[in-house]
Amino acid sequence: MRRAAEPGAGTAERAKLPSGAPGGEPVLAVEDLTVVVGGAEGPRPVVSGLSFALGRGETLCIAGESGSGKSMTALAIMGLLPRPAARLAGGAIRLGGRDLTKLGEGAMRRIRGDRIAMIFQEPMTSLNPVLTIGRQLVEAIETHTGVGRGEARMGAVEALRAVRIPEAESRMGHYPHELSGGMRQRVMIAMALALRPDVLIADEPTTALDVTVQGEVLELLRDLQRAFGTSIILITHDMGVVAEMADRVIVMREARMVEEGPAGELFARPKAPYTKALLAAVPRIGTGAARPHPRPAGERKPAPVALVKDLTVRFDLRGGFLNRVNRRVHAVEGISFEIAPNETLSLVGESGCGKSTTAKAIAGLVPYAGDVVIAGRNLAGLDRRQAKAVRRDVQMIFQDPFASLDPRMRVGDLVAEPMAIHGVAARAERRDRVAALFGRVGLSPDQMERYPHEFSGGQRQRICIARALALRPKLIVADESVSALDVSVQARVLALLRELQAEFGIAYLFISHDMAVVENISDRVAVMYLGQIVETGTRDQIFSNPQHPYTRRLIEAVPVPDPARRRRAFPRMDRDMPSPVRPLGDEPARLALRDIGDAHLVAA
Amino acid sequence: MTDRIAPEPVIAAARPPRGPQSVIGRLARRPLALVGLAIILLAVLGAVFAPWLTAYDPNEQLFEGLTLEGAPLPPNAQFLLGTDLLGRDLLARILYGARTSLVIGIVANGVALAIGTLVGVVAGFFRGLLGAALMRFTDLMMAFPALLLAICLAAIFRPSLWIVAMVIALVNWVQTARVVYTETSSLARREFVDAERSLGAGTPRILFLHILPHLLPTIIVWGTLGISTTVLLEATLSYLGIGVQPPTPSWGNIIFENQTYFQAAPWLVFFPGAAILALALAFNLVGDALRDVLDPTQRGRLA
Repeated sequence: MRRAAEPGAGTAERAKLPSGAPGGEPVLAVEDLTVVVGGAEGPRPVVSGLSFALGRGETLCIAGESGSGKSMTALAIMGLLPRPAARLAGGAIRLGGRDLTKLGEGAMRRIRGDRIAMIFQEPMTSLNPVLTIGRQLVEAIETHTGVGRGEARMGAVEALRAVRIPEAESRMGHYPHELSGGMRQRVMIAMALALRPDVLIADEPTTALDVTVQGEVLELLRDLQRAFGTSIILITHDMGVVAEMADRVIVMREARMVEEGPAGELFARPKAPYTKALLAAVPRIGTGAARPHPRPAGERKPAPVALVKDLTVRFDLRGGFLNRVNRRVHAVEGISFEIAPNETLSLVGESGCGKSTTAKAIAGLVPYAGDVVIAGRNLAGLDRRQAKAVRRDVQMIFQDPFASLDPRMRVGDLVAEPMAIHGVAARAERRDRVAALFGRVGLSPDQMERYPHEFSGGQRQRICIARALALRPKLIVADESVSALDVSVQARVLALLRELQAEFGIAYLFISHDMAVVENISDRVAVMYLGQIVETGTRDQIFSNPQHPYTRRLIEAVPVPDPARRRRAFPRMDRDMPSPVRPLGDEPARLALRDIGDAHLVAA
Repeated sequence: MTDRIAPEPVIAAARPPRGPQSVIGRLARRPLALVGLAIILLAVLGAVFAPWLTAYDPNEQLFEGLTLEGAPLPPNAQFLLGTDLLGRDLLARILYGARTSLVIGIVANGVALAIGTLVGVVAGFFRGLLGAALMRFTDLMMAFPALLLAICLAAIFRPSLWIVAMVIALVNWVQTARVVYTETSSLARREFVDAERSLGAGTPRILFLHILPHLLPTIIVWGTLGISTTVLLEATLSYLGIGVQPPTPSWGNIIFENQTYFQAAPWLVFFPGAAILALALAFNLVGDALRDVLDPTQRGRLA
């Protein structure tokens, strides 16, 4: 299965290589690459004059925010540009002396997978859902090496072992949906590395994964690189991941390279102003601004805006004989917390821990058991009209601002809608209020006539914020509201949220998986695991003195945006997160929280 | 007040220059849509002003309309589109027939579309027992041969143009219902619907303001596709004697009356066939353009 290493043929090309390449023959050299997309106003470059060289066994990170052209670079190298929308306008991509831009589709297909492999952000969409992972792996090996099925199968098992998938032999028969996100990404890596390519391009390989899983996948990549000497191009927007992985870094912005350099140097002494701004915008644990109103311990607390007591959300699953309810998803299991006016409580945890379900229950989107008391009124036991009135005080901001805005409505109408629903203000007055709200969130009122698709992600999230503010709520539930945004935009939106809190005294229930963001915005933090709160306390209690092992693991798993503090090994999960699905009658044990001082509660 | 936060750089591309604002105005900038509109207008005018456009009565069997052997006449100076087997002027029959066919194509089809959309939206949005019941009923209607059902319905009521239109509407709504159902149920699970709910929006508001506008493209496409289907279904019914009663002309029954003589007198099938094709095509063109014009997310991406 092992292909003989090809001798570097393009010695003549070496002279032209850009500086910065480490010694030795570069495996891949990109020279003056330009990719354009044809728009209505003529071709527009999405990658412009990009040159770099990739040495053997090197990890090169291409960092940049969305739209900077980093993914287009990857697709251009793979020969997978979305034609006819995008095309190569110039430059050369040399792999061992051959210019890939000159190759036809047939020749390119032999190179793809064999010499250059790629893994994508979303492992579920890049695996075929109707084929077992074994079959997909075997097929990939067979196509490229021409070995027999038996041998290909052995190679596949070996590849799965290499990515540390337990019981590789039996996993071969599994379908992608039977694996967790981290496992799927490992299968993708196994598939990419089964053929021992020279170059592996990883496009945001860990963005869709939880932090603890992200650490494992990154470590795996590092180990495999050490073992096989593969060169890696890692494309990411996460400066923490860059610091953790990169030998060299290229920072891109608006189709151009802004800065290139060894990772240590670039992080320590960024030269380009954009790099400086980008690094400054990265939220770091331990740098969260001191909150302006730390509530002195022992002071009489004001009446809470929201009081949640024993909130439980379970979903029935049907199956078996006669399609009866036989299992339940225990999404949220009896959690209790309260939020004071002007306070931010963060719920953190990994996907599937029930944090979003909690948000939905409070916003009235899923049925629940337990008590949700908003401004002194218990939502349970109210009729529809009363419940609607109480709901005015609770507004929600969703994760994806594009999905949560009706694409067929003008944004002005969207922001006015909550007022129309609750019959606030006359029509003419509403317009003025919307204009004021637009101004308040940093948009200009003349944008009111536009449609959501005409705005950037950050602007759309501002529209969602304006919409949530329209009714002057007492509590805003922000469900992963900044997760989909670029770091610099994220920093601005967070600043806006803080300002609005100071101005209107709104309480936030902030739901996030990103510990650094949480550390930046919260007054208090509650850590959720499997539907229950395992630790809760003030921000300082949680981050300076984490008690529960899960909290510690979460905090340790966050990559630190500083190459000098690179970890040798990531904390490893001993196992996949247990499933919240349980058979009927098998209820999970409720965790008892113990106060270890100053309202810092930890599960025993 | 706003200067405390740096506003985000405006990344959204400069707006395409805004032309006329109204739907009609924007439609008018699409040449194909204009062609379609012209054909529809022509058909409507032809139907309305038929008595003034032709000197002949569509039902009169003219002596000079047949050759001495009794064969129909091909198009000539006197009979512009020729005559049919009974010596009736084809142009007159097509012009008068447009009245029937337009009623069927627009009214019957429109009613079918409305029923289909209503059933589909309700079933797709509410799901549960009501949705299941509605969709199983739709499946039942789909499984039932449409023609048989139409024959039963037509046999119960006395045949007339409006009854035929109703019968056609009652058998043709099922496909629309099915498609609208699927689309509604996926729309109802989109996050913006959740966002509306979290604002406290009621069901009517979500249905009419947030779901229906998204269904418009589908409804338009099915509506335009349905026009030719319904016109031909009417012809089938007429042929079976339960549609429009002879000698009243309709485009469909002109074709059916004459199709056996296609080789000897091709014009008798060609002209009404061309009329149906042109009308269906015209509605398709207008429907397509309308769909694009009404879709704000397509703004500035002129096809």
